[in-house]
Amino acid sequence: MSIDYIYSEFEVVRNQNRCTNCRACEKQCANGVHYFDNDKKIMLADESKCVNCQRCVSFCPTHALKIVKSDCSFRENANWSEQTIKEIYKQANSGGVLLSSMGNPNKLPVYFDRILINASQVTNPSIDPLREPMETKVFLGKKPSSIKRDENGEIINNLTPQLELSIPVMFAAMSYGSVSYNTHKSLAMAASKLGILYNTGEGGLHEDFYVYGDNTIVQVASGRFGVHEKYLEAGKAIEIKMGQGAKPGIGGHLPGTKIVGDVSRTRMIPEGSDAISPAPHHDIYSIEDLRQLVYSLKEATKYKKPIIVKVATVHNIAAIASGIARSGADIIAIDGFRGGTGAAPTRIRDNVGIPVELALAAVDKRLRAEGIRNNISLIVGGSIRSAADVVKAIALGADACYIGTAALLALGCHLCRACQIGKCNWGIATQNPELVKRLDPELGSKRLINLMTAWKHEIKEFMGSMGINSIEALRGNRLMLRGIGLNQKELDILGISHAGE
Amino acid sequence: MYKEGEVRIPSGCAISAVISRYGNKMTGEKIIESMIPMHDRSNGLGGGFAAYGIYPDHKDEYALHIFFNDKYRIEECERILKDNFEITKAEIIPTRKIPEITDEPIIMRYFVLPFASLLKSLQLDEKEFVVRVVMKINTEVNGAYVFSSGKNMGAFKAGGFPEDVGKYYKLDEYEGYAWTAHGRYPTNTPGWWGGAHPFGLLDYTIVHNGDISSYDANRRFIEMFGYKCTLQTDTEVITYIADYLVRRQGLSFEETASVIAAPFWKTIKNKPEKEREKLKYLRMVFPSLLITGPFSIILGFNGGLMALNDRLKLRSMVVGEKDDKVFIASEEAAIRTMDINAENIYSPMGGEPVIIKVKEGKY
Repeated sequence: MSIDYIYSEFEVVRNQNRCTNCRACEKQCANGVHYFDNDKKIMLADESKCVNCQRCVSFCPTHALKIVKSDCSFRENANWSEQTIKEIYKQANSGGVLLSSMGNPNKLPVYFDRILINASQVTNPSIDPLREPMETKVFLGKKPSSIKRDENGEIINNLTPQLELSIPVMFAAMSYGSVSYNTHKSLAMAASKLGILYNTGEGGLHEDFYVYGDNTIVQVASGRFGVHEKYLEAGKAIEIKMGQGAKPGIGGHLPGTKIVGDVSRTRMIPEGSDAISPAPHHDIYSIEDLRQLVYSLKEATKYKKPIIVKVATVHNIAAIASGIARSGADIIAIDGFRGGTGAAPTRIRDNVGIPVELALAAVDKRLRAEGIRNNISLIVGGSIRSAADVVKAIALGADACYIGTAALLALGCHLCRACQIGKCNWGIATQNPELVKRLDPELGSKRLINLMTAWKHEIKEFMGSMGINSIEALRGNRLMLRGIGLNQKELDILGISHAGE
Repeated sequence: MYKEGEVRIPSGCAISAVISRYGNKMTGEKIIESMIPMHDRSNGLGGGFAAYGIYPDHKDEYALHIFFNDKYRIEECERILKDNFEITKAEIIPTRKIPEITDEPIIMRYFVLPFASLLKSLQLDEKEFVVRVVMKINTEVNGAYVFSSGKNMGAFKAGGFPEDVGKYYKLDEYEGYAWTAHGRYPTNTPGWWGGAHPFGLLDYTIVHNGDISSYDANRRFIEMFGYKCTLQTDTEVITYIADYLVRRQGLSFEETASVIAAPFWKTIKNKPEKEREKLKYLRMVFPSLLITGPFSIILGFNGGLMALNDRLKLRSMVVGEKDDKVFIASEEAAIRTMDINAENIYSPMGGEPVIIKVKEGKY
């Protein structure tokens, strides 16, 4: 038809023997894929609109639907992949930057999958977590370098504010605006029941959620949306967002169409105006400026809140982390190149940054070499997918993990990676009230609690099998890890031996 | 085969100790005998002893016990010693030739005092200075190894069964107010003497039975503070942890025990407020020094002993007493060997420290 025509990526396969024309699929699809053909009296589909979110598949009462990858393909070419060719067509047509959502999906090494965990045999006993206590509680924050005593010889409590977590996992920053009210509510409710924290992201804190303050990290990003005194006071900790794994060095752009009603009020910007987060903080052009913002926030909150500095894992992350550890910040969060996003330029997402496993190992090693690991706690995210990833991250040296994508999956996300469109059929990455109400916060929080409870059990099983009964004894315990199929350089960076060594 | 330091070698063990609360002197005879009924807990690949109060004539000097692979290492090592210390006496440690102990290195003993001018210019206290010189020799002089470095005390160790090691070092001729002993069951070792226990730094010595699962977490933390875990053994890292907490952070032995064998959070929750706050504080400040996995240790120091089990009590350890003496051992049989009439024998709870101090002024 035209040189721009691209055959649909997915095909809707409808088993007409099962389809009852109930039109549930039509109601469920905000993208308008399904429609009823009055002449033929059957359901048809406009597949060009399908993002493969699986909503219709999940809600078809007769299981008549499936979505498959289209097999219409260009002539095979090992150099020019179908994806690359299609992207060129799109850009030749639009002249624009390509946009994508969620984390980098490309075939790049996932180091977590190349690391194996140890277990006890003979020389020391494994521990059964169902019979023996198994502790997963952690505290995040700076640790004092020396013990001080009063005139009676009693130890003086000189600890700065700490975050207490029942398990070393938290919900990562996802802003209200990029995700829905009900998503935030689900995360907040779950965090408070679990004894962990969720993170507001950069869009401010909806007034309804101040009650979850003890389980909230409030974020201050370059756009400073929704930042005011009460907001800073509301949370248990404040996170300065310097960067995001999915788009290091890039700001954010929430289109005006999403800045409606409560989102506009919460962000403190007019309805319909684009919310642009600049690439840098314009008051932070260097490390000494970061120190000033850290202390400004501490002053504003009377030194009662730990300050987290979140950065994307870029090439010299170890040196950056060392600078942050000396900036007065209490916690550093590093976000790997697989980290998710509501929208990012595709080229940036897929080509900038480094794997979080390597970054974590390098940062932990550097901070120890400089003797300042105790100055700061270390959170890693992007992407932590399972309890095994958590255990491996802790053993590499992390104090805790952030999960974003995994939490959204628990809420129903099917990783169709079309958040930027704003028509999330699962009620997560949308502001459309009809779609938002599809996510029930009661059910959503229950599913998040289930997920974390399951992970907690699994983490305890791992620990017990290693003969470790407190998560503190796992942190940085790299002897518990072995690499598989990694070269010597990779092993050196990870600070682990190869399997069999 | 790799020796200790090149590979991590887990091992099981036997431990034993005796101390007189009034500082009364005992020869090494009884402690050697105590290891005989526990013979099967060792496999002949390492045994050793620590003795306190044995050098009254040199009690204000640091006694360095050093293994040398050959005489050329002596020169190299003595150069470092002479740069840093006034050496008041240097001698070969007397030994008894017995068929059970072979392949011996050269074993020397130096009584030394740090140069006051050096301490002043480096702004270091005496103990820290000694630690640094010991670390320097052990990491930089290949073939020389300082295995004892405290005042008025000494460690004696070798490849072999502990009862033979005691005989070899003529410990029946030394008199001390406290003794600890160790028999080793390593799973893999060429029998390097430096790898035997006790492990010592200054007057802290550790004999340990266990295989700790927190090893690398502990090691990587403690190495931030200038310690170098060259042997990759549990005993080494536990000794450094004890030195760091007691000497450098000024914790009491009780406080030290509640860091390395910290009570569970649910136990802490039920303590009276003051104690609860303190225990919580110590766990929050030193999470990386919690030791998990099985261990029973006896920490020796000038003027006392501390015995401690891991918090789940995954290794046997019993305590008994008779008159002025307190006995600690892996098995009651060892205690009965030292005194058949020992009383009040009991098994301390996991994580419950047993601290015995010699009466002030009696050591």
